[in-house]
Amino acid sequence: MVRIVKRTDLTKRQSVMFRLLAILGALLAAGIFILFLGFNPFRVYLSMLDGSFGSLYRFKESIIQAIPLIVSSLGISIAFRMKFWNIGAEGQIIMGAFAASYFALYWSNLPVYVMLPLMFLASAAAGGIWALIPAIFKAQFGTNETLFTLMMNYIAQKIIVYVQYGPWKDPKALGAGKIALFGDNAALPEVFGIHIGWIITVVLVVLVYIFINKTKRGYEIQVIGESENTARYAGMNVKKIILSSLILSGALCGLVGMFQVSGVNHTLSYQVANGVGFTAIITTWLAGLSAPVIVIVCFLFAVLQQGGTFIQTAFSIHSSAAQLIQGMILFFVLGSEFFIQYKLVLKQKTDKLIKKEAA
Amino acid sequence: MKRLLALMLAVVMITAAVLTGCGSGSAAPAGGEGLKVGFIYIGTPGDVGYTFAHDQGRIYLEEQLKDKGVTTAKVESVPETADSEKAIKNLIDQGCKVIFATSFGYMDFVEKVAKEYPDVKFFHCSGNKSNETNFVNYFGKIEQARYLTGIVAGLKTKSGKIGYVAAMQIPEVIRGIDAFTLGVRSVNPTAVVNVKWTNTWYDPQLEKSAAEALLNEGNDVIAQHQDSTAPQIAAQEKGAFAIGYNSDSSKAAPKAYLTAPVWNWGVYYVDQVQKILDGSWKAENYLGGMHEGVVDIGPMTDLVDADIKAKVEEVKAKILDGSLDVFAGPVKDQTGAVKIAEGATMTVEEQQACKWFVEGVNGKID
Repeated sequence: MVRIVKRTDLTKRQSVMFRLLAILGALLAAGIFILFLGFNPFRVYLSMLDGSFGSLYRFKESIIQAIPLIVSSLGISIAFRMKFWNIGAEGQIIMGAFAASYFALYWSNLPVYVMLPLMFLASAAAGGIWALIPAIFKAQFGTNETLFTLMMNYIAQKIIVYVQYGPWKDPKALGAGKIALFGDNAALPEVFGIHIGWIITVVLVVLVYIFINKTKRGYEIQVIGESENTARYAGMNVKKIILSSLILSGALCGLVGMFQVSGVNHTLSYQVANGVGFTAIITTWLAGLSAPVIVIVCFLFAVLQQGGTFIQTAFSIHSSAAQLIQGMILFFVLGSEFFIQYKLVLKQKTDKLIKKEAA
Repeated sequence: MKRLLALMLAVVMITAAVLTGCGSGSAAPAGGEGLKVGFIYIGTPGDVGYTFAHDQGRIYLEEQLKDKGVTTAKVESVPETADSEKAIKNLIDQGCKVIFATSFGYMDFVEKVAKEYPDVKFFHCSGNKSNETNFVNYFGKIEQARYLTGIVAGLKTKSGKIGYVAAMQIPEVIRGIDAFTLGVRSVNPTAVVNVKWTNTWYDPQLEKSAAEALLNEGNDVIAQHQDSTAPQIAAQEKGAFAIGYNSDSSKAAPKAYLTAPVWNWGVYYVDQVQKILDGSWKAENYLGGMHEGVVDIGPMTDLVDADIKAKVEEVKAKILDGSLDVFAGPVKDQTGAVKIAEGATMTVEEQQACKWFVEGVNGKID
């Protein structure tokens, strides 16, 4: 039989080798699949890169895809630092988008310099509250935050479905279930052809990095993540720190909702989060919760997505096939993480080891 | 450790990017020589329905105008959100000079992109917006074909109850139900058409369960305005009959499928692209009918009795020669009030704003 044993013996060099092998393996496996589809894998891979870097427009599109991933990952990383498994980024993004859209749609006469800050604050508040609810339940009743935050996603989504087909339905849409486009005063301005969210993102990355590594609260968060008891023994108010950090975590995700409705979509729909909140969990984890690394990992993910969309049209590959290639690459990269942390050992061998230790 | 992974990934990707940077010069995107036409679809051609019909049109366009340098590109499964704007821009980035956006909900986004790209021509299917220069809408008088399928359903039903699985509460769908019901009642004056809304164009699961609910309520013929074949399959499972939509889907439910109102988009696509090539293209909205060949009633299967077929052919001839207008008055609404007077009909504007059901429809518009 095979047993899973935690690795302790891996050198840095070996772990790098593992990851390189994983990437090679991913490209190889996806390449075989592409061959079966009747395309040249090298051309498809090059075309994916061409699709995400090949022109200024494509490069911008890649960045626009990276922005929501980065900011959601930052939010998630704060909760994950405390081993609070916030799976609810998707819902927090949606609620942030919801709150921002409320002002864009129903206070539509506000001047732009009032409107945008208002949408900004509203989205952060809504996202924060959506994350705070499961945090309170965990602190008071010891509920499981993974399930709780996950369920909150579906509640958020159904709220938007309800308003989209109900009270917020665009009367000019002749009955189609859609919400009206926002006015220009609710649109994030562009800098270098990309909505200003990218500048805010850069600032947030720096702020989160400083917050975690240089402030007292950041230190406390890290201690709680290592051991709640240690934190308590050191006299920290653990409950209060968890609650306030979760507000921050949710607020960051809520902001993503505002970026998407105000900077990209210019309207609200129940597909606004589009899985970003879930993808961000992977990117956060791969980045080891570190803010600067999150930027790199998220950008690479965006490249993968943008490239995947590109090959769909460039090669007339079925949309699911393009996603499958993305999925295969992801599978290998995530899989390698497992083998870096653990190894598989035949049972006899472990028995021997145990005997040895016992002796 | 994880940082290292990310760094390695970055290095690999950037090296490759540099490599492609050098390589992409030789493989410049097409667009210099021939005309590239882009399509965005709400579903996939595998739906054997709405998207399939458009994709058949795209393939026909490519076949007909290949020699003149026309190529096509498509994006499947584009939701009716800002994603559609992005999909269109991606197609333009890849050299498309003509865009066919084939679902109603893309309308506002097409309008927006059309302003940004004045040198690209935009065709939006089934909407009601357009501009004077590079953005037109196009659709067909599918109600003519729906009326004919209504005759088939009206003569086929035994219970006098016909179920109708309908997507969105927009004029296109509503007037389709009206035309269908008028067809039913032209041969079976007491039959009723029961409508269930799904609020989605393409969701086979939801479409099927709506059809099942209708079947359980005693409807023995199922008609539909959806993108998939799920309602026909539901009818087959319950031993009932079904009218499809968009394209011939007899293979999906051979024991239930009778016929369907079908699209031949290729006729229009070739005509427009040919005009663009000739330089004679004008920004004109299009509403083609059976006469133009854009819409038709699909082949009727052996489940349709010979006398029904004869009746349909008789009425079809009248539509083709212009002596029958399916919306010709008098037409009453659900309350029994006359909405279209004797001698009048529904104008195109009224059709595009149609928000009422004719007498005989059992359903509600919110």
